[in-house]
Amino acid sequence: MASSNPSVFLLMINGQIEGGNFPEYDDLYCKYCFVYGHDWAPTSGLEEGISQITCKSRESHKLIWNFPLDITFKSTNPFGWPQIVVSVYGPDVFANDVVRGYGATHIPFTPGKHTRTIPMFVPESTSRLQKLTSWLMGRRPEFTDPKVVAQGEGREVTRVRSQGFVTLQFNIVTKDLKKLGYDTTPGSSEAPPITGLSGTDQPYTL
Amino acid sequence: MASTSDIRDKLRQKRRAFQESLVRVRDDTQALVSMAMDVNRDSAMEDLAGEEEPAETLRRSLKAQRQRRKKKLLEEMAVEESQTGADEEEMEDGEEEEDVETSAVEEVSEVQSIQQSRGRSETEPETESEAAARSFTRSSRDLPPLPMSRPSSSISESSMRQRMREKLRAARSKAESLLQQEVPVEPASRLQSLRDRDTLTRFDRETEPELRHVPDGDSSEILGKVKFREAVRRVRIDAQREAGIPTGEEAYNFFTFNFDPEPEEEPSKRRKKRRPKSEQAEGGQEEEGEGEGEEEPEEQEREVEREPAREDDEEEEEERDEEAALVRDGEEDLFLIEQSSQDFLEVRKAEYIGYNRRVQRESELLFTPSVRTVPASNKLPDNMQPRYLEEEGLYVGERPVVSLTNENILENRILRQDQATKWFGDDGRIIVLPDPIKESSTRPPLFHVEGDLDPSLQTVYRKAIKSKYAKRYMPGVGDTQGDYQLDVDVAGLIFSHHGLFSREHVLGARLAQLYDQHLSRQHKNLTRLLTDKLSGLRNTIRNMLELHGGQGLSEITQQRIAEYKQEVKITRQMRDAEQEKDRALLKNIVKVWKEIKALREFQRFTNTPFKLYLRREEVDRASDEREHEAEILAEVSELQAESWEDYEKKVTEYKQQNEEWKTWKKKQKAMKKKKKKKQQSQDEEEDEVEEESEEELGEEPTKPDPPEEPDLDAVERQVREKAARIRRKPGEPILVPELTASSNITPNEQCPRAEFGRRQDVLKRSLFVKVLYNDKEVSRTDSRALTADFRVHFGQIFNLKIINWPESIKLQVYETVGSSTTQLAEVFVPVPEPSILTGSATSEQLEFSSNQRVTFNHEGVGSDVPFSFEADGSNRLTLLTSGKLSCCVSWAIGEDDIPLAPPMTHASAGINSGIMQMDAIACIGASGLNDMKKLGKWAAESRLDPNDPNNASIMQLLSVVSGGEVTVPDYFRLEQLQEEFNFLSDEELDRSRRFRLLRLRTQEVAEFRGYKFVPTLEREVSEKVFQDYEKRLRDGEIVDTKEHLDAHRALVAKYLQKVRESVVNRFLIAKHHFLLSDVVLEEEVPTIGGPGAGVLGLNLFKLAEPKRPLKPRRKERKKVTAQNLSDGDIKLLLNIIRAYDIPIRKPQASKPSVASKSTRSVTETFTTGHSSQTAMQGTDWPFNQVLVRPFVEVTFQRTVLQTSTAEGPNPCWNEEILLSFSAPNGDYSTTSLQSVKDEVFINIFDEVVYEISEAERERERGGLYAHVERHWLGCVKIPFSTIYRQSRIDGTFKVEMPPVLLGYTKENHLVSDGGYDIVRNLTEGAFITLFITIEPQLVPGETIREKMKDVKFDTEEDERVLLASEFFEKDAMQRFPDRPCLTTVIDINGKTVFITRYIRPLNPPQELLDASPNNPQETMELVARYVSLIPSLPDSVSFAGVCDLWSTCNQFLTLLAGDEEEHAVLLCNYFLSMGKKAWLIIGTAIPEGLTAYVLTYEQSRYLIWNPSNGQYYGQYDTFCPLQTIGCLINADNIWFNIQMYDAPMRISFDVTKSKFWKPFFSRAFSYPGLSSVQPEELVYRRTDKAAATELQDRIEKILREKIMEWRPRHPTRWNRYCSSTLRHFLPKLELSGGRDVAEEHRLELQSLLGEYRISGFPLHLPFSEIQPIIEAVYSTGVHKVEMSNVEFALAVYVHPYPNNVLSVRVYLASLIRTR
Repeated sequence: MASSNPSVFLLMINGQIEGGNFPEYDDLYCKYCFVYGHDWAPTSGLEEGISQITCKSRESHKLIWNFPLDITFKSTNPFGWPQIVVSVYGPDVFANDVVRGYGATHIPFTPGKHTRTIPMFVPESTSRLQKLTSWLMGRRPEFTDPKVVAQGEGREVTRVRSQGFVTLQFNIVTKDLKKLGYDTTPGSSEAPPITGLSGTDQPYTL
Repeated sequence: MASTSDIRDKLRQKRRAFQESLVRVRDDTQALVSMAMDVNRDSAMEDLAGEEEPAETLRRSLKAQRQRRKKKLLEEMAVEESQTGADEEEMEDGEEEEDVETSAVEEVSEVQSIQQSRGRSETEPETESEAAARSFTRSSRDLPPLPMSRPSSSISESSMRQRMREKLRAARSKAESLLQQEVPVEPASRLQSLRDRDTLTRFDRETEPELRHVPDGDSSEILGKVKFREAVRRVRIDAQREAGIPTGEEAYNFFTFNFDPEPEEEPSKRRKKRRPKSEQAEGGQEEEGEGEGEEEPEEQEREVEREPAREDDEEEEEERDEEAALVRDGEEDLFLIEQSSQDFLEVRKAEYIGYNRRVQRESELLFTPSVRTVPASNKLPDNMQPRYLEEEGLYVGERPVVSLTNENILENRILRQDQATKWFGDDGRIIVLPDPIKESSTRPPLFHVEGDLDPSLQTVYRKAIKSKYAKRYMPGVGDTQGDYQLDVDVAGLIFSHHGLFSREHVLGARLAQLYDQHLSRQHKNLTRLLTDKLSGLRNTIRNMLELHGGQGLSEITQQRIAEYKQEVKITRQMRDAEQEKDRALLKNIVKVWKEIKALREFQRFTNTPFKLYLRREEVDRASDEREHEAEILAEVSELQAESWEDYEKKVTEYKQQNEEWKTWKKKQKAMKKKKKKKQQSQDEEEDEVEEESEEELGEEPTKPDPPEEPDLDAVERQVREKAARIRRKPGEPILVPELTASSNITPNEQCPRAEFGRRQDVLKRSLFVKVLYNDKEVSRTDSRALTADFRVHFGQIFNLKIINWPESIKLQVYETVGSSTTQLAEVFVPVPEPSILTGSATSEQLEFSSNQRVTFNHEGVGSDVPFSFEADGSNRLTLLTSGKLSCCVSWAIGEDDIPLAPPMTHASAGINSGIMQMDAIACIGASGLNDMKKLGKWAAESRLDPNDPNNASIMQLLSVVSGGEVTVPDYFRLEQLQEEFNFLSDEELDRSRRFRLLRLRTQEVAEFRGYKFVPTLEREVSEKVFQDYEKRLRDGEIVDTKEHLDAHRALVAKYLQKVRESVVNRFLIAKHHFLLSDVVLEEEVPTIGGPGAGVLGLNLFKLAEPKRPLKPRRKERKKVTAQNLSDGDIKLLLNIIRAYDIPIRKPQASKPSVASKSTRSVTETFTTGHSSQTAMQGTDWPFNQVLVRPFVEVTFQRTVLQTSTAEGPNPCWNEEILLSFSAPNGDYSTTSLQSVKDEVFINIFDEVVYEISEAERERERGGLYAHVERHWLGCVKIPFSTIYRQSRIDGTFKVEMPPVLLGYTKENHLVSDGGYDIVRNLTEGAFITLFITIEPQLVPGETIREKMKDVKFDTEEDERVLLASEFFEKDAMQRFPDRPCLTTVIDINGKTVFITRYIRPLNPPQELLDASPNNPQETMELVARYVSLIPSLPDSVSFAGVCDLWSTCNQFLTLLAGDEEEHAVLLCNYFLSMGKKAWLIIGTAIPEGLTAYVLTYEQSRYLIWNPSNGQYYGQYDTFCPLQTIGCLINADNIWFNIQMYDAPMRISFDVTKSKFWKPFFSRAFSYPGLSSVQPEELVYRRTDKAAATELQDRIEKILREKIMEWRPRHPTRWNRYCSSTLRHFLPKLELSGGRDVAEEHRLELQSLLGEYRISGFPLHLPFSEIQPIIEAVYSTGVHKVEMSNVEFALAVYVHPYPNNVLSVRVYLASLIRTR
């Protein structure tokens, strides 16, 4: 693989779905999948996953999943850069499993650690009556395919309501991207990336 | 608990050892003391209880106890002493005993902690002495909590008490019975612990005797007499108490023993002893008594208790042990403690505060107002009766509505407060104001009717005005470095005119102005500059001329000289002008000064301090004159030279013109001559030429006048005149004016009144300046008084810290007179460049003026008012208030000398800065660009000095312009930077293979759709990728005849392909058009009931339905979207249930007998419905022989599965077959699945077992004795697309069977001699019952037709019709969602067409009509067969997921492919032309689904025709595949079925009945007479017979090859003889329509091939392509015969029908030689 003329580049994603902030709901789990273009293929890792169900702690009112993501893509073309689609589900009042949010974000292309907070939303019922019946029957409107949220096509027909946030953390490693002529590393002028707890950062000691 | 029990075990052992030693040492006193102790404890408890809040105190004390874990035994002893003293009193409290009990029980919850504390206290006998001291000190400290806790506990107690009382009662009875039996062994752990605790509490209390004893005393007084009784009873109660307490817990019941009868006596004794003492102490002397009591036991017991304090307890324990071993457990804990106090783990229950307790506790803090009505007496002052004002006739406002509950709550709440009564009125109700809410609105109602509205109230729409500056913040503001500051320095102002100016002021101002001008001119000294320049130029010319000596002047030099001369001329003129101005100015100054002087004289006072001096500078007259003369001479000579030159030029010009004129003259003359000639010759051509030449000459040029010679003298004269006018005369002194302000102003008192008034007025005035930044006032100067010289000095600097981008800075000058302020003027100050900083900025004089009209009645001239200096009022002039404001705006400098100015780039250009850096042209902007040429021209003409810094920017621009040749664009560039962002040019983009690949992929070109991994680098993209694509593009027009056997069909296929492509492209947009249902899954709103039988209604209905477990039903399965499927996920599920009327074998007579031949006349007419069968069964039928052994084989995607073999002509398999389905290319998308063309073949075979004859058996040694053959009987074909679309197919299907089945007969009379005949007659042919579905159930891709509802197609239909049809369909959908209704369809061009336009009588081929002219029935059949021979091609296959397209009949016949509806339309049209009554049926059928059939009415009978196979059914035919009928269509109407049923059998076809059929065109909406889309007549071509024969040969050849191919391991022999026989037979079959020939044929065959066992059949297919034929042959499985001696016979016959409709018959047979 140490060829000087690579024909593909690799994108390694390591991270986790840290948690979510869904003020009204509890006992949620989430599901993720990746959406990527034709020129992309996963080489290792899991493309999809379902997390455990998590409950809010009494103090923080945050849902913590800490659900790991680990996947490596290979690609020939940055077009169709992978996106992660996260959908969150949980029981409603009648303990029916309903969707609590969809959200998507592009995988960061800069190597390093990134934290992304993505807003989540759910499709709205088309009418009040339907809203009521869907609530009663525990079958809220859902996207036919969660991957819809990573695309623009067809979204104009939907109406959504925002519903909480999900925080994701990525550690990105790329290989051969620069060799193929794509420079994604931030320029020197840019400020160093802000890491998790700025201000209280401790020096690394090993 | 396990661990504790372990410890206990250990402890038990220890304890025993210890006990043994102790038992001996024990003496009476000890025992006594211990007993006493116990009793004391009890009594102590009671004592506590006797007080007001026993429970509370107990709890508190317990807490204290817990804290004091290191308490000692000694302590306890001390306490006991005091207790003994107090004993008696406590006895008196007996009446409160019950309370004691309750408290005791309450303590149960705290038992655990008590145990611990006790346990701990018991661990410390060793350290008792030390601890004793400590505890004493501590006890005093622990006191305070107790009294404090008292006041609030009584409430909770009472409730507790009640409960406990009940418990107690039960317990008491129990305990009493126990006592009687003398079995006091019950472990009373709780009590024990309580007692222990009591001692402690006791101890606490001991030191606060006053508190305790006050109640004690009271109670003792009252209850003194019952003491004794109580004493006795108490003991009993103790026991009862024991019993009353639940005893589930493990005991720490060391002291349980004290309920034994023995100790009971002892305490009583003691008590007796004590009593006298306590009695003495009675009567208020408790304190003393207490004290005594304390001392006594101390003396007695201290020695005893000190050492073996524990032993007492143990003693008792021991005693009890003897009686009841149970108690042991309790003891162990004691020792556990002894063993290790550190190890002791505190295990507690979770602290739970009971509800009641919590309520009790909360009640201390919370107050819950009652909702009960407060009695009026509480609310009124005492002894007051409520007084009702209403009753007294006083007006009382209506009270606002407040609910009674709330009012009660409020009242209760108020009553708790101080001064509660003041809230209540005389009537005992809360004082309220009357209800403020008015019943009717006081505001006049606004009527929103447009017209009625008062015009003044009408709203006017005003567009929102966006503030331009609102959002334009300075960049970087908010940062520390982002402080920008503007310094606005308002220095002052000078009026050049003001209303208060006197006349003198006016003149003075003018003078000053002139003088200023003079000064500035002098400063510039242009005259001098120009004079110098002029002389310089003259010198240059002279030098040049001298240098070259007047000859040999090069072209350039000459030109330059000429230029210089020109220059000299211009310069001279300019100098002259300047000089003239100078002189005029000077004259003016003098003139004005004179006027002033005159005015001063006139008015006799001076107002202005101006004074003009004229300084004379003497000059040397001689030199001056000389210079003057030289100047004039030079000028004259130059002018003369010029004029000469001019003259010469003119002369040459004149000559030239003259010359021209002359030639013209000549020509004219010549022409005239010519003309004459021409007139003679009459030559037309020449004439023409001449005309032309005449024209060429044009109009006659004017004869030029010769120029006049210049008058040189005149020139000189002019020069001199001019010099005299504009120049100082030689020798005249130079006058230099000097203006000073040294003149004295006449003081006020010497002035006339008018002037005085003016001056006073001036003093009244003051001015100030407002500073406005971005139209907002930011600051203003102080108000300064106007001075007499009309100058105002402000000298204020304003520092503006700015956030918004500076858009404008304005200064407004205000004048104040008294209190009124008027704005005089507004001055805009330019926003300074960032480089202009405070230190370096120069003050600017900004002129302003005001058009205010001001008049005065004093000397002030006013402004905008005409006035005159002249006495007569002539020469009036009007002046406006004006002046100069001197101010300076600059960017401030910060403390560190950092300019507080925005960065340069931002300041310079704002948004466009980026563009400016890149594009010099864009910098100027598009408008600048247009003028670029002009600019360049101007720059060249004006001879800008390139070195002048003022011109730098222009020169730079020009250099840019000239550098990159500027072509002024004649277009508008919208995105100026587009090119910048183009990575490469379009040509390059086209050349790049990679980009091409990417582009083709996004365009979704078929070859590249979903192409994965477009390589990164250009070189990795090989040309091969495009080969297919390019080939396709190239080959577009070339027809490949190889694939298609028929050239015509190839063309059609191509055409179809094209249509398909165009349609697909047309719908590509539609495909990307999403509906909500495509994106969001949403539950339908359940409807209750209705025709739709909504979810809810259905479910409700189902609930009511009786359960029928014996009638299983197929349940709806969950649907799966096809996206996440892969190979093997989809299964095809076939349930083959049964079949009817399978043909049976004929007896295998080795030699056919004539008799049997004659008898068997079974007609095998499966295609006709009405010919009754009259077959008879031969008498020689061997009964024991198996009739037929059929099995079913299912072939799908070349997978073959079969059922087991059943027997008989009506077999029942009921087997399930699972076939896996794989989509083409693994693409499971909906569109891909829809276009799957695979068919499911369900073949019925007969399994025939042949015994092998002896001879053969011998040959094949010991191997087979029998072999199995399978004979194809028939098949059912179901396309996958149908299954996919309908998701399940359930029904009985007619088996397609060949007309001739060799070796089989259609047997149906053997068993049906009875009454079945009638039924049977209706059903000819075999039927099979099937259930087919796909597992998992796939969501069938809806056709885009539904989506298209809102994507309107082009249409030529009337809007009204379309609306009506939409409404009609919607209505139909609502009422009968299951019934298809079609009003508009899409034609092949993608246009919406009303369906009735398709129906029109059309002539069938004449040939068919001629075939049997006498039998209309037969003709109809023939026509139907002709239609069915046109190959069927479902639209959903050809236009995958796009829509259903309807082609017209001629299109259909040209394409020779179409859907059911095309067949139906054609058939219907044929029938109509034949004079039949025919309708098109839109309905659903098995297995097609939504389809179109044809209905005819004939001889009072309705016939339903299936156009796809030419069959027809009576209305009451049970096996009619048509299941539901949605609507009927004919040429002028559509009827929708609104009957209750939709099955053909159960409905009436009488469309005139509006009850049954809802017409589209009714009286309300009459038929508009739509023209048909069909042609008037169909023209048929005769099909080429030769071509058909050729095709026949080719098919035969191909099939032969295929069969051999399918038998790779066996030789395939062909029996030619048989083949030729078959070949002869096929045309006959075709002619007869497959009827009435079979028998003869078979006989023929049999006679020919007697020694063979033949099994075979003819296949009949419409011809479209070769592939279906091959498939059909394959599915029969004839080739699978594996016997070695098998031979095959194959014959193909293609019968041509008109218009290239071909009927293909394939006869396939296998022959086995039987002998």
